[in-house]
Amino acid sequence: MWEQSFRDKGYERRLFRNRAVVAALIVLIALSMLVWRMFYLQVLSHEKYRDLSENNRIQLRPVAPNRGLIYDRNGVLLAENIPSYSLTIVPERAADLDETLAFLQDLIGFSERDLEQFEKRLSYRRRPYDPVVLRYRLSEKEIADVLVNRYYLPGIDVEAQLVRHYPLGDAFAHVLGYVGRINQKDQEKLDEEDDVKRRYSATQYIGKTGVERRYEELLHGNVGYEKVETNARGRLLRTIERVDPEPGKDLTLHLDSRLQLLAAELMKEKRGAIVAIEVKTGGILSLYSNPTFDPNKFVTGISFSDYSQLRDNIDEPFLDRATRGQYPPASTLKPFIGLAALDIGTTTWNARISDPGWFQLDNDERFYRDWKRTGHGIVDLNKAIIESCDTYFYDVAVRTGVDRLTPFLSQFGFGRDMTVDVISAVPGILPDRDWKHDRLRSNWYPGDTVNLGIGQGYMNVTPLQLATATATLANKGVWQVPRLLAAEGDVEEVIEHGDIPDIQLKDPQNWDRMFNSLEQVILSPTGTARILQQTLDFPIAGKTGTAQKVGIKQNEKYDSAALRERLRDHAWFMGFGPTENPEVAVAVIVENGESSGRTAAPIAQAMINAYLHMREDSLKQELLKQNSPVLSEDNEGKPVNGLFTNSTPRDINDNG
Amino acid sequence: MANVDFQRTVSTPSHHYSFERSGKFFARFHVDLTLLMLLTLLAVTGLLILFSGSGQEIGMVKRQAIHFGIGLLLMIGAAQITPRQYQFLAPWGYIVGVILLAGVLFFGVGAKGAQRWLELPGLPRFQPSELVKLTLPLTVAWFMSKHSVPPRFSNLLKALIIIFIPTLLILKQPDLGTSILISASGILVLFFAGVSWTLITSMITLLAACAPAMWFFVMHDYQKQRVLTFLNPESDPLGSGWNIIQSKTAIGSGGVHGKGYLMGSQSHLEFLPESHTDFIIAVLAEETGLLGVCMLLILYTLIIMRCLYMAANCSTLFGRLLSGSIAITFFIYVFVNIGMVSGILPIVGVPLPMISYGGTSVVSLFLAFGILMSMYTHREN
Repeated sequence: MWEQSFRDKGYERRLFRNRAVVAALIVLIALSMLVWRMFYLQVLSHEKYRDLSENNRIQLRPVAPNRGLIYDRNGVLLAENIPSYSLTIVPERAADLDETLAFLQDLIGFSERDLEQFEKRLSYRRRPYDPVVLRYRLSEKEIADVLVNRYYLPGIDVEAQLVRHYPLGDAFAHVLGYVGRINQKDQEKLDEEDDVKRRYSATQYIGKTGVERRYEELLHGNVGYEKVETNARGRLLRTIERVDPEPGKDLTLHLDSRLQLLAAELMKEKRGAIVAIEVKTGGILSLYSNPTFDPNKFVTGISFSDYSQLRDNIDEPFLDRATRGQYPPASTLKPFIGLAALDIGTTTWNARISDPGWFQLDNDERFYRDWKRTGHGIVDLNKAIIESCDTYFYDVAVRTGVDRLTPFLSQFGFGRDMTVDVISAVPGILPDRDWKHDRLRSNWYPGDTVNLGIGQGYMNVTPLQLATATATLANKGVWQVPRLLAAEGDVEEVIEHGDIPDIQLKDPQNWDRMFNSLEQVILSPTGTARILQQTLDFPIAGKTGTAQKVGIKQNEKYDSAALRERLRDHAWFMGFGPTENPEVAVAVIVENGESSGRTAAPIAQAMINAYLHMREDSLKQELLKQNSPVLSEDNEGKPVNGLFTNSTPRDINDNG
Repeated sequence: MANVDFQRTVSTPSHHYSFERSGKFFARFHVDLTLLMLLTLLAVTGLLILFSGSGQEIGMVKRQAIHFGIGLLLMIGAAQITPRQYQFLAPWGYIVGVILLAGVLFFGVGAKGAQRWLELPGLPRFQPSELVKLTLPLTVAWFMSKHSVPPRFSNLLKALIIIFIPTLLILKQPDLGTSILISASGILVLFFAGVSWTLITSMITLLAACAPAMWFFVMHDYQKQRVLTFLNPESDPLGSGWNIIQSKTAIGSGGVHGKGYLMGSQSHLEFLPESHTDFIIAVLAEETGLLGVCMLLILYTLIIMRCLYMAANCSTLFGRLLSGSIAITFFIYVFVNIGMVSGILPIVGVPLPMISYGGTSVVSLFLAFGILMSMYTHREN
């Protein structure tokens, strides 16, 4: 304290005041630096930051259109969109991704496969702060569990989205196909065209097969946009402006779900296919292949074990036998060969041959045997059709010659894909000299023609092709190309079939006579399909066929019993009804069904009967409706022209 | 003494009769009315900004108002303690502070790799560095005022040791920002004590030369990252650069007039981080524009100038040195906070005085102003 009393207080004061002035100056300079900085940011760079700020909060988000619905001809929903809830993670927001995942595993659980898929999606190129899906199809309890715990789980959200659903499942898997997530390959294809890329900017699903793929463009619709204000977490706060997406077109197909479900029922435990076509329109009423699979599993991603089980199944559920299964037409070809020979003039209804049970070419020792070892005796065309005499057709085919046979057969669509909108359809094989030369580097031998006469050898048809040919036959050569789409939205679909010429027989009487022979296949005591007499609700015509199994992939996996079963012949039946003025044509194949009369023919008849019964009922209803207008009001809920109720197939035909 | 009287007369112009009257009334309780009014104005401004910055959370504003109330009471209380008592308390406070800091290193709790908190039985969890913020300048001022000014070199060295012990302890936590601010509050005392300009310049040169060594030997990776981010925030726009990019966007988009009170999209849409604490100035800048920021800066300037004026007119050397240090430390807080939010300084966790939400910061600021008022209003020799 002594030291202090001697100090010069005035000097101390002055010294401090000097320093205080310096400090004040420094403070003022520093604060003006801050002002300058603020001036720089707020005035000189204002526009830049204003734009940044606007972009921050205003986002233009694409809105996916709702996919068009698919109805059958009676307005039954075949493909719809149902809400589904998925668990999403914004990895940038998750405090610790591993910890979050572990927590979620305890909370709701997810499979190895989910995690694998999640990591895959995470590795794709994506915008930062875009949510990544961890699990689809949350149950209500899982949604609640996640939402309750969301506080502990930054970056986690539950998103609702519409997911494709096929209410009738398996029965329509092949014909409708399914949608699946847009994968990288799809994306690359979409990216090729700017306009397409734009239309799909919010879309997650795309038609992968079947109708879903064929009519992707109609079903998809057009993207909408919304201008939204979001916070930094990307959470939507306010929609400023919205351009609604244009939903995809609802499609009405010619398919009849009752027939399709009946087909599925009839084919239970069998391998094969059923195709039913409306004769007057070409509308495909049923297109069914068995075994099948549940298309709903593919929508949000099928599990690997489910997939491999389907893929490795020896019954090949993925194979659409109706459109891609290729089989020798066998005896079902005989009516067409017969018509060819009649038209070309190499036979007549009165021409007869003697059938010893085999056929031999000139200068050839080989025997071409009839299925009936003892032969059919004296055979004319009518009997040859009824009893399915091979020898008759060996002879007639050879006398007609391949060069005249195949052009005629081609008119019925053999060896060609005549469909307008069946995406999976294949053309099959109608062999001729050129085909054999191109494919097998070999000459056409007379023996090839012999085989062709009974629909064996190189010739292959799909059930859809045979049904198409049958429908064309039933329509007396007037072509109606097979089609699935009946109407697009409210507009009936008119499909031009271009320059496909109708088949003109030199003597149109031959149609009726062939119809008669085909009816006798069922009605005659010796007819190959006489078994159908027991269930003869309507007069129908048809032809059996037994496709020889030409060989099988010799795979050790097959046990001997299964192998033997699979070496049996395939059973065919083609038919139409009613015989007078046919309305429906059907082709059925039962793989390894052996006897057509016991397997394929009753199935085809059941389909025809069902269709004709339904026709009768709806015609009755229509009559009732015309008499009492009150009743018609009850008949609602059909999105478009309920084909059965509001207009007859004849009407559509006239429009087309 | 005449000198002192003259200064007093100037400080309260006679034509403001009632102001002089109430000034005298407050002087009886050792409260400086001018500073009190400025601080009240700042506190009210702070509450208004906080209401917006917190996302209109009235609860948070109420809690902050309570902080202000406690702070005001503590300030008035601190003003009642005489400078002599502060001189007596200073070294003890310092020793306790250093012991607690050492305790933090061994028993401290904390988050994200830094130990800053101490939990003592019977006491709420607190940061000893907050205590040292007050006791260090007190102690240095006490030490310097015991000897003649400008200080002799030996005393200067002793003072530096007093400063560096707590500085190093805080640096160890690690808390670079606080250790720099605390050492600054001590060094400011030395500056006001009249350390020669030659020494000051050579020290600054030495520090500049040491900077690279700091980078390699002292700084932690996260601290280096902050500096790197400061130099180029766009290098990691979604990570460490996010804060500064968003705050600059908030400030810049405010323009001259701002987007309007409560209309700041950056802050209200949660783009701006820490919008109620360290980055609150960006809310003000976005909503009230350059004009609002300038008004706030003027208010701060008035407070700092008033404090410097009060410091210059303290009756004791101890009071002057301490008050000067408090005034400039307050300024440094303002400068560092606004500098970091506007992107001219690296991100260090420094709140904006009286505006940012937080009880500790508010209370220790009011305490400091209370001490300053005590130094100014108590006449001692």
